Amino acid sequence: MKQQIIISGKGGQGVLFVTRLLAEAGMEMGLDVLTAETHGMAMRGGTVISHVKIGSFKSPLIRKGLADTGLFLTHSNVAIHAGYLKPDGSCVVNTDRAGAYKAVDATAYAKEIGSLLVTNLVLLGYAVSQGTLFCNEAVMKKVIKEASNPRFADLNLRGFERGLQL
Amino acid sequence: MFTTFFFEFTKCTLIEGGHEEKEMKQKILMGNEAIGRGLVESGCSLVASYPGTPASEILESVVTFAGETETPMHIEWSVNEKVAYEIALGNSYTGKRSAVAMKQVGLNVASDPFMRSAYLGVTGGFVVVVADDPGPHSSQTEQDSRSFAQFARIPVFDPSNPAEAKEMVERAFQLSEQYELPVMLRPTTRVCHARQNVRCLPPEVLSRKAHFERNPGRWVATPKFLTDLHRQLNDKIDEIAELESLSPSCTRGAGNLDGCCIISSGAAYANTYEILEDLGCLERVDLFKVDVPYPLNRSFIERVNTDYTKILVIEETYPTIEMQLSNRAMMGRISKDVPDYGELTPDRIETVLKAFLHISGKSEPDEEEGGVRPSLCPGCAHRAAFYAIRKTFPKGILPSDIGCYTLGMNLGAVDTCHCMGAGISQGAGLYHAHAADGPDYPTIVATIGDSTFFHAGVSGLINAVFTGARFIIVILDNSTTAMTGNQPTPQVGVMADGTPGNTVYIPDLVKASGVRFLRESDPYALDSFISTLKEADRFCRSDEGGVAVIISKHPCIMDREARKHQTQYRVTVTEECTGCKVCIKQFECPALVYDEASEKVFIDQNSCIGCGICSAACPVGAIVAEEVGGEK
Repeated sequence: MKQQIIISGKGGQGVLFVTRLLAEAGMEMGLDVLTAETHGMAMRGGTVISHVKIGSFKSPLIRKGLADTGLFLTHSNVAIHAGYLKPDGSCVVNTDRAGAYKAVDATAYAKEIGSLLVTNLVLLGYAVSQGTLFCNEAVMKKVIKEASNPRFADLNLRGFERGLQL
Repeated sequence: MFTTFFFEFTKCTLIEGGHEEKEMKQKILMGNEAIGRGLVESGCSLVASYPGTPASEILESVVTFAGETETPMHIEWSVNEKVAYEIALGNSYTGKRSAVAMKQVGLNVASDPFMRSAYLGVTGGFVVVVADDPGPHSSQTEQDSRSFAQFARIPVFDPSNPAEAKEMVERAFQLSEQYELPVMLRPTTRVCHARQNVRCLPPEVLSRKAHFERNPGRWVATPKFLTDLHRQLNDKIDEIAELESLSPSCTRGAGNLDGCCIISSGAAYANTYEILEDLGCLERVDLFKVDVPYPLNRSFIERVNTDYTKILVIEETYPTIEMQLSNRAMMGRISKDVPDYGELTPDRIETVLKAFLHISGKSEPDEEEGGVRPSLCPGCAHRAAFYAIRKTFPKGILPSDIGCYTLGMNLGAVDTCHCMGAGISQGAGLYHAHAADGPDYPTIVATIGDSTFFHAGVSGLINAVFTGARFIIVILDNSTTAMTGNQPTPQVGVMADGTPGNTVYIPDLVKASGVRFLRESDPYALDSFISTLKEADRFCRSDEGGVAVIISKHPCIMDREARKHQTQYRVTVTEECTGCKVCIKQFECPALVYDEASEKVFIDQNSCIGCGICSAACPVGAIVAEEVGGEK
């Protein structure tokens, strides 16, 4: 199993948390994991991207045109980061606009649940349900339970499950 | 605060570990966490650091893992890197393992003790972790600390991934104790902020008691001792350069590219390996992986210079390996076959490799990409302070410093940013330059954060007072080190592990420095903040004037507890909005959004935290802030 995933969004949208969840899911499945993240000043609301590589790799960075899946928390980032995807890669986007990608209005569903903080988990749930990721629902649920701050574990799971149902 | 989370993957996998069988676990760890873990596992008893991207999480993870060791540990956020280095040296002098962690420009601050510690050496193992930032992603230079290590004559390890970084911590401690020398571990951003499944072992317990042996010839080392210490240092480095265990490893090609080899280290090696693999060239060319770029193994140098006629070196960021090979056939950063600046992103490496291996085809450029620039958070009190400063002194010169508040540049309220603490001293220099031309000098307002003030600002303040400069210093006190993940400052009075320390108050320091104008003001109260600025300017220009200090006091809005105590407003934009965008230009809050369709500004309620300050920034009063109370 080898999969290369990019997660793109703005600082504060939970890109890093999704990155961690995917990494933990990989290890849960006994796979090697490498990820790369943006930190520091760029996180203050700026454009951020994470790379996740599952399977045997040496470098955490994904080269342009080689990602199997892209998760976009911000629609406008598609124009910036879609170049990382393979021509036949899956592109999952948080948006209310249709396009040449799998669209899900994660922000709206998160609002419905009562917290914009779970936008990232709605998107993640949708991406799992669409079969765009290396891991299944059960593995991801286990990882969310264990990796979440106990105060938010239930909320995070609700967000993820909402995404699964879409 | 940053929190580490992970869970155990394989419990009770048993591996051989001396006489005992040790329990091994796998954890997903960030490179910095792996380094922190390595320090705890190696029985290190003191770790000191000053936060700075990309090194900040190292100390935080030491705190996390310290609970797993029986070694009593002292873990601290020091006020700056020089102090951190010296504290760790003191611990090492007693025979205990010690470490210090910082970002690359932190080593500039710590360079004084760093250089001399090579001559005097250490007793307990001493590891200097210096995180470099090729690119740079979040730094003021992209200097190569391996070159700094070479300058100091201190051996350096260059890890290519988190798991290796952890193993190198132990190797560095062993080398350090064998030769009584500080040893550097130099990860780069791509290692620090990568995450990987990493093998973790139970921490070693060394049970060493502090024992300081007086030896003035070594620990005081007046000039007459130094030539001999220098000779001893050279002997140590010569010996280390002969060690077979530190010699580069080789992935052999089958020889159909005879006479060619590639030499690489660190994160650049990981990318080089993967690209060669993808190009199907891994089996064609010899690839050397260098773990210790300085001192470069002597027989390796000889072998490379004898066996190969075409040599490519791929390393970040300076030609440290390349210069030690000193071979004319060398292709690298000196010959510019490898770009001699910037991060070696996979696409740049691919281009270099294709040229070296004569493979046609262009590589996808990584050059990004537009996107949204970073900005101060909605509700950040720094924004209010900057808005007030720029509005009060439209022609003022505004030197600043390093932290979140450098983003005040977006509001046109930051004119300089150089290195930690420079804003105050540069402010004094700017004053002297203008004052020499006559009494009609511009108002100069230097801004500096609370943590930066402790780090290197206070010495600049003392100097400015002493030398009779006249300008305003605004200390942006948000009670935290926000940029790097909200580490506590000495004024917060909480130590790295969460236990209480002794509080050191900024106003006390300011007063003790001889400042005669000191006010504290909350920039959320914009009007009174502005009148304080005007009062400060009058003081500077009065007969008895001097340095005026205003402490701009409001907690970081990332502190949710503190946010509960501030009044909440519901902010809306009325139909009166003329679409002039003055609010966006001058106040620059991400929650103020211009709608192209209606040609008006609206408030993005998802990002607005309800501070209500922006209402002052609208020239026609169209931004309305209505008090709602409670947390938004």
